[in-house]
Amino acid sequence: MITRVLAAGLAAGFVAGLLVALLQHFTTTPLILAAEVYENQVALDARPGVVLSGMHGARLILAHVGHDAAPGAEAGDAWAPADGLERTVYASTVTVATAVGFAFLLLAGMLVAGDAIDRQRALSWAAAGFVVTGLAPAFGLPPELPGMHAADLLDRQVWWIGTAVATATGLWLLLRSRGVALPVLGLALLLAPHVIGAPHPADAGAGRVPAELAARFASVSLSVHAVLWVLVGVLAGWFWQRNETPVVAEA
Amino acid sequence: MNAQAHSAPLSVAGQRSESLKAAAVALLLGTVLVFTAGFSHSATIHNAGHDTRHALSFPCH
Ligand SMILES: [Zn+2]
Repeated sequence: MITRVLAAGLAAGFVAGLLVALLQHFTTTPLILAAEVYENQVALDARPGVVLSGMHGARLILAHVGHDAAPGAEAGDAWAPADGLERTVYASTVTVATAVGFAFLLLAGMLVAGDAIDRQRALSWAAAGFVVTGLAPAFGLPPELPGMHAADLLDRQVWWIGTAVATATGLWLLLRSRGVALPVLGLALLLAPHVIGAPHPADAGAGRVPAELAARFASVSLSVHAVLWVLVGVLAGWFWQRNETPVVAEA
Repeated sequence: MNAQAHSAPLSVAGQRSESLKAAAVALLLGTVLVFTAGFSHSATIHNAGHDTRHALSFPCH
């Protein structure tokens, strides 16, 4: 059983991740690159005297000036992939890793629920997955372009993860529990993160990324996120069934 | 599941615990993968996954 889960999750995540990485290359990445021009202006203004020439690979580090609390993130010598192919390869690898992670989470949920795993049911779980990691967090924290002004990273990460966990639990209780009390609790869990509210900077509007660019990015990246879940769901169901076929034939 | 019913019959409870074991492994792996790809504070992992974090609406930096 464990082998079957690992095989289906890896295969589905790998294929879905590669397809979405290709999609990102033509949709979100050009917007990210365009935004980084503005982001670098902000970073340079914040640190007068920094010369950008010859620091091509350090662009991502500059982006963190005054923003990132990550240990070592502000050190000028932290590794970053060189622009072009290398950067694309690393981004694609991380997209594949995320897709495999989503596939494992989806299969884990279906197994715990005791649902038969096929393409249709996996697709409905994938829709829930999109609500959990895409729609609900984006309701409070819109997809970010580099250079957009945002609250403290750790605060946003905590809110994001809390929202995802509360939304997943809330959906489960709302859709899968009987009676009145538990579904109502589920509804409360769905709403709670948004009643609490996502962390936003006090000085909203201090970013320099044009609003048109940010708006395009928000809608495009949510669509790409949805495509990723749809592919993960359909493929996880398909690979799961595919591994069963020889056994069924034998029986 | 059919294989077990066919060759070596497992009790329903046995199959259920098999499923839950597999689910636990998948849950752990999935969480670690998504957390590392989307939330790790390591500068190296951040820089490698920067574009993906932005593209999939994880908080990035
Ligand atoms: Zn970042």
